Parts: sequence; structure tokens; C-alpha cells
Amino acid sequence: MTLEKVAQQFRELARAIPRWSIRVVRSRTEELSIQRAVAQPLRIGEDLGAMVTVVEGGGIGYAATPDLSREGLERAAIEARLWANRAGRCFVFDPQGLPRLSRGGTYESPVPTPWESVSLAERTAMLRAESEGLRCDARIVDWEAALAVSEVESLLADSDGAEIRQLFRYVVPTLRATAARPGDSETRTFGGHAFARQGGLEVLEAIGWFGAGRRVGEEALELLSAPRCPAGVMDLVLAPDQAILQVHESIGHALELDRILGDERNYAGRSFVKPEMFGRYRYGSPLLNVTFDPTVPGEFASYGFDDEGSPAAREYLIREGLLVRALGGATSRARCGVPGVACTRASGWNRPPVDRMGNVNLEPGSSTFEELVRAVERGVYMETNCSWSIDDAREKFQFGCERGRRIVDGELREVVRRPGYRGVTPIFWHSLAAVGDPSTRLVLGTPYCGKGEPNQAIPVGHAAPACLFRGVEVFGDERQ
Amino acid sequence: MREGAHLREVFDRLLQTLEGARGPGESFRVALAGEASDFVRFTRGRIRQAGSVLQAHARIDWISGRRHVLATIPVSFDPARDRHRALRAVERVRAALKESPEDPWLVEPREVCSTDEARGGPRPDPDEAIDTVVQASQGLDFVGYFASGEIHDAFGDSRGQRNWRSVLLVQLDWSLHTAEGLAAKGSFADTRWKAPEVERRVARTVLELRALERRPVELPPGEQRVFLGTAAVREILGLLSWGGFGLREQRTKTTPLLALAEGRARLHPSVTLAEDLSAGIAPRFQEEGFLRPQRLVLVEGGELRASLVSPRSAAEFGVPCNGASASESPVALDLAAGDLPFEEATARLGTGLYVSHLHYLNFSDRSAGRLTGMSRFSTLRVEGGEMVGPVRPMRFDESVYRIFGNGLVALTRERETIVDPDSYGRRATTSAVVPGALVEGLRFVA
Repeated sequence: MTLEKVAQQFRELARAIPRWSIRVVRSRTEELSIQRAVAQPLRIGEDLGAMVTVVEGGGIGYAATPDLSREGLERAAIEARLWANRAGRCFVFDPQGLPRLSRGGTYESPVPTPWESVSLAERTAMLRAESEGLRCDARIVDWEAALAVSEVESLLADSDGAEIRQLFRYVVPTLRATAARPGDSETRTFGGHAFARQGGLEVLEAIGWFGAGRRVGEEALELLSAPRCPAGVMDLVLAPDQAILQVHESIGHALELDRILGDERNYAGRSFVKPEMFGRYRYGSPLLNVTFDPTVPGEFASYGFDDEGSPAAREYLIREGLLVRALGGATSRARCGVPGVACTRASGWNRPPVDRMGNVNLEPGSSTFEELVRAVERGVYMETNCSWSIDDAREKFQFGCERGRRIVDGELREVVRRPGYRGVTPIFWHSLAAVGDPSTRLVLGTPYCGKGEPNQAIPVGHAAPACLFRGVEVFGDERQ
Repeated sequence: MREGAHLREVFDRLLQTLEGARGPGESFRVALAGEASDFVRFTRGRIRQAGSVLQAHARIDWISGRRHVLATIPVSFDPARDRHRALRAVERVRAALKESPEDPWLVEPREVCSTDEARGGPRPDPDEAIDTVVQASQGLDFVGYFASGEIHDAFGDSRGQRNWRSVLLVQLDWSLHTAEGLAAKGSFADTRWKAPEVERRVARTVLELRALERRPVELPPGEQRVFLGTAAVREILGLLSWGGFGLREQRTKTTPLLALAEGRARLHPSVTLAEDLSAGIAPRFQEEGFLRPQRLVLVEGGELRASLVSPRSAAEFGVPCNGASASESPVALDLAAGDLPFEEATARLGTGLYVSHLHYLNFSDRSAGRLTGMSRFSTLRVEGGEMVGPVRPMRFDESVYRIFGNGLVALTRERETIVDPDSYGRRATTSAVVPGALVEGLRFVA
């Protein structure tokens, strides 16, 4: 059954409903993993369903169903109308004022080398080679090489005649090794899950995945015998695979307009950002430039349209330190007038869209990596997030990394273990003293950004260069 | 949507289809997870999103000798379409099996043990629930989430085992907010809607909110004597459940309770922790057809007694399986009660902090058992046993061996059953029965 056929069927039966939309989503997944040298059983999956949304009676209602027969869609339409009218008794805003989105379009992930171009046996052999590299020493007690690929097709159609078709192909590679000695262990990964991209097999080449297993295993061993990260107030250089987490937690979530409007206060939290701060508030130093950019080829959350049908375009969220735009889709913007972007997204056919990050990128500056390090008299360079925690207003944070290197007098020194730092969002971003040039930038992402009630985990993309921050509270010892 | 009631028939048909497709030397096992849920999201005492979700997915584990492949398919509730989809999945897994290696960790249950359980009902009228919320939240900045409906889990295999569990679960999870950004939280979860109980609980949250309207107290970082409410205790146990109680993480040295597992440290003698299905709503069976014991003591008298062992870990490490799911995470934790009467908690706290909830917990040093996180919702300064005023969110960073070890002063006599409101993918059926905890010297760092 094609998605277009489902939409067409719904269009015919929904003639009596003045304002509706249907979002049909089909997905296919494949997960391959080798854990501790044992190939885990292949996992394949598919899913197909639709969410019908109706605006009626002063409210908005939805019904999500996997039954895409005419009868199933009819039932979903009736349910959605019931919910719209029920909600209309005390809806939080007047949905009649929402802008009508009546254009169509398409988007498709670029896939130069389709995943299926190599056999399952060859894909397993690729993993096995990395798995053997990870187990580079008998002290490696746990290791995994894994690849998850998925394809998601969506079709959004509405009562104004719009049809938006999008096709996404995702790749999420994993390499992980744990080295242990009596009473202690250290885990090193290949960027956590951050080397998540859209595309096919060519992604693995582009991110340097082939042969990385051995390096990950060796770095786990190196960490096991490394000294603890020093503690104190010092300079901090973040690698891109930690800088993206910093952006995600202390900029991305903080700028979600539904949080700012208070919708998330019972679960994911609120934001210290207020509607009146846009266009006025200095979020960070003048070196801070953050974009919402769904146009980066291959970035994890590139798309043509959000799940309300708004066309997506590159926009500055923060420009030269000044807060200019929120992560707010058409619905949230209609409620408060704050400038936003096309970012109302759902995790699947079974969840209603809310304001989400897409690709939220820290734009590169002009410093080489060597210049960033040379600018530090005493500090730490930190790589790869492994611990993340921030308050419900997105201000007080504490993050931990897998690996650090001490910096003394402008030179990278020994590897240190369990580095961490804490701070307060505006103070931290104002301490941004240098931003790496494009040669230091990596295009990364995460499949697991969670929020919403009911809960939704969604893929988001982040690109970031290495960055230098002055005077940060760094720790590493247990009782610091 | 009422299709959820027919899911049992759908499941039976699926098993028949697979049985008909089974060839010589092949076997299968199927885990089904479904829900028919109503969701209403409230903000500022009004509705923000409202709707229903019908969904079910079957995970087919198709086995040939020691090779197997897992395929997850959606249930459409259309018999012909579901049959076609199941047969197509079998074709795909058979093709993949030819290229798949043998699995040395493949284990199947030795005995056939069928179960059948249905709980809860009747399904509440959403209008009644909405009316209750709207009336109870008059004049309040109420933010919340209503979720109601049937949650289904099933297992079936080609040996003839059948397990079915349906539960009607109704949840309302809310918070009330002050103009200054402070908030008090409440929740309701039951197998039926009880409007008077919801009203009573909202009224109790209002009382907590009033305490937050006093002048905030500023506290510098440092150690504090704290009383952790039941929700805060649940959140700590929730973080520890991320690899803390499974055999796999213990054997691979990745557990956050490494010192406990190696016998180098112990928790307070009053800490007895069990996986206990009697008070929860989790199914007795896991996704590969193994049954969980009604009660499994994990920690007793502060020492590790047992681990959660999944079938794959059982095969890998040569230990009997005790019905744990693949993640080896607990589904119904039970922390034994202590002897501190709840009404005396503030007096026993004396001077310190009352913390109702914690937020965004993570390991700051996983192998050392160190946790970090924020206080959230009702956090109040207590002096001389009296509430003085609210305290804005503070960050703690502390070892589990202090919180539940040498810093643990007492656990409360009363306990609360907390059903997790999580709904990633599908509504959760995990829960915990926990007391509150009085802890000396919890370290706040910011």
C-alpha cells in the first residue's frame, strides 16, 4: 500500500470535515551488533500507521491508528473529531487563528551508496573486523560493534490540498570498549552515538569508522591507567563530540518555544528564556553563532518540511551572541508571536508533533585547533560526552566526558580520566573565548532526544567545531 | 478506539499464521506489545493536546537450529493485511537466516508455562476526567498529563506456550506552578478512575504549593541533611536500574554498583531491595517466554544477594535465568520500609532540606557509583523541624554508598507505589514501591 493511496482514501472520506490533516509514516529498520565477539541475532523491523488531526469546535484532536483500511481511517476521523470538540471546551488557544499551510513538496536523504549494496554477510564481516580491533588486549572485558540503519517515509496531506512527501535514511554506528582492572573500569566509545547521519554506507567512510575499533580499544586501556582529571577553575577546550551536547542541552532545549510557553513544565521542564528576550538578550559572547539548519546534506535532522507542513530553511537562532529566534513551529508562534523556525516534529505516526530541535549547529569561527590549545595556559581538553545533567530551566549543568588531556602552557599533555565540568548557561556561553575553524568542525547528531507527554524520542543533528571557554569549574576527583 | 479489545484474537490469528508457515526444524516465539490509550495534555489548566493512540507490534523471533532472526511488524487489525505482513516477515527472516551465524547465547524456556491475566476497568469517560481536572485546577497554573486505556502484553511460541496480560491503567500526572517558577507535583495511577481521590491529591498538591509561595531561602553549596520523598527515592533507584542490577553489567564491570558487586562496599543494613511483582502491573513473563519469580531479593541487609539474569546472560555466563528482560532492568522494584513514621520525618530532619523530587539524574562517575542531579518541585528549607521556605533547584553530586550507605539515617515506615508515567514508544508498566529516606551529609555542589 502506498502512502499516497492512504492519503487519497482519507481525502475522499473526509470531505465533510472542514479542516484536517493526515500524516502517514512507514519505517523500516535493521540492527546488527557484535557483542563480546558474538554476533547478536539480526533485528529487522517495519512500522506503518497514520495520525489524523482535526481542527473543529475550537479545539484540535488527533487519532493515531495502524488500521489504514477505509473503515480504520473512518474510525480515526470520528475519534479525532470527538477529541477536537472535547478539547474545544477548554483549549489553551484558538486554533482557528493558525496559519493554513497549503503547499506541497518533497525531501529525500542523499544516499550515494545504499546500505543494501553489500550483503548481510559482508555487513556482519565489517562489524566483526571492528569488534576484533576493539578487543586489542585481554583487559578489554566488554566490547561492541554495532550498526543501526533505518528508512522512514512520511506523507503529510491536508484539507487544503497539500501533499508533502519525505524519505529519510539514517545510519547510527556504535563502537564501544570497556577496559577493567580489579575494582575499576573505563569505557571508551566512538563518539558515543554522535556519529549519527543521514545517508548510506558512504557515511562510515566519511566518519572514519573503518579501523576505528582498535583506536577505541586502545584508548579505553589508556584511560584505565591515566591519572584523574585535575580539579579547579581553568580553561576548557571542548571537542565537537562534547560541544554538541553543550549546545543541545543549554541552547537547543532552552530555545524550544513550547518550553518557553510552559507546556513542558510537568515533564521535560521550562526555560530560563522568556518571550521578551528575543532580539534583545545577549546569550553568549560575540563569537557565539548558532543556526537552525535543516539544509546540511547528510546531517541527521535535515528535512524539507516539519510535521505541520512548514517549509524548513536555515535561520540564525543566536547571532554574534544575540538571541534572535526560537525553536518554535507555526502553532507555538501563533500563540506568542516570537520568531521561530519549522521545527514541529513527531517521533512517529503515533505521537502528535511538538516543538523540537532539528539540526542546531554551532557555526565555526576562525581558530585552528592548534591556536585554541596555544591560547591556554592551564586547562583541559575534553572529548566525548558520557554524563549529562541540567536543571529544568536549562541553567545549571554538569557534564562528564570519556577522555581528557591536560593543557599546560599552550601544549596538550597527558591523558586524564573522568573529566567533568559544571556551570550556568549564560555565564558559560559568555566565557566562549575562541571558536574553531571549519577544519575542527564535525557534523554529528543523536537519535535519542526526549521530551513531550506522551514521551517522544526523536533524531536531532548538531554540527560543532572545537571551542575554548575561559574560567570553567572542572573536576575529576571523586570528592572534588 | 475499541480495537484493543480484539487484540487477543489478532494475536491468536498471528500465531496460527506462523504455525502454518513453520517448516521442518523451524520454531518461533512471538512477543506482542499493544495499547489503546487516550492522552490529554494540560497547560495552564487548559487543554493543549488531546487524542487517542491505537497501536500494537509483534516481535517474531524465527529460529532454525541455532540460528535466529528477529522481525518486528505492526498489527493493523485487518486480518488479511496482518496475515500478509506476517508471511512476508517470515520470508525476510528466512532469507536473512542463510547469512546469519549460529547464536551461542540462544536459549528457550525448558517448560511450557501459560498464564492469563486481565486487570482493571472500566475505561473512564475522558469527559469526566477532563471535567475533574478543569474544576480541580480552577485558579491554579496546572500543567499535566492524563493517560488512560488498556495496555497489552502477550507471548506465544511454537511449543504451545501462551501468556496474556492486559491492564487498564489510568494515570494523571501534574504540577502546580507559582509565578516565580517554583512548582509542586502530584500524581494518580490506578486501574480505574477515582475522581474523589484525584481531587484529594490535587488539594494536597495545593497545600505544597502554598509552602512554596513563602520567601525563598538561599543556600550555599555544601553538605545537607535531607529528607528525600518517595518520588526522589524512586528517581535514584531508577538511575541505578540503568545497569545496576543486571548480571551482564556486573560481569562486564560496567555496573554502577561495581564495589557492591565485588563485595568491596555495602549499603546500609536497612536496605533490602527486591524485584516484587505483587504490587506492580508488569507482566509475569518477558519477551522470550521466561517467567519471572513473584519475588526476587536483589539486595538484603545492604549486601548483594542476586542479579537480574536474562536468557542471553544465562547462556553467556552459565547462570540460571530468572526471567529478566533483555535489558536486565527491574520492572517492579520494592525497597523495604524502615521505622520512621512519615509524620515525624520533618521533626527528625531537624535542620536541612526536604526534597520531594529529583531531576535529570546521571552518573558523574559510573564505576564509582557517583550520581548527580537536581532537586526539583517541592524543595524546602527546614529548621528546627519547621518548614522555613522554598529553595531554588540545587545540584547534588554524591556516592550511592553515602545516600543508601553510611549516610542513610532512616527509611520511612510508610511506602508509596509509584507507577512510572513514561511512554516512550508505548506506555510503561514499570513501577516501584518505595519509602522516603532521611540522609545525612548529601553533598550539594551548585
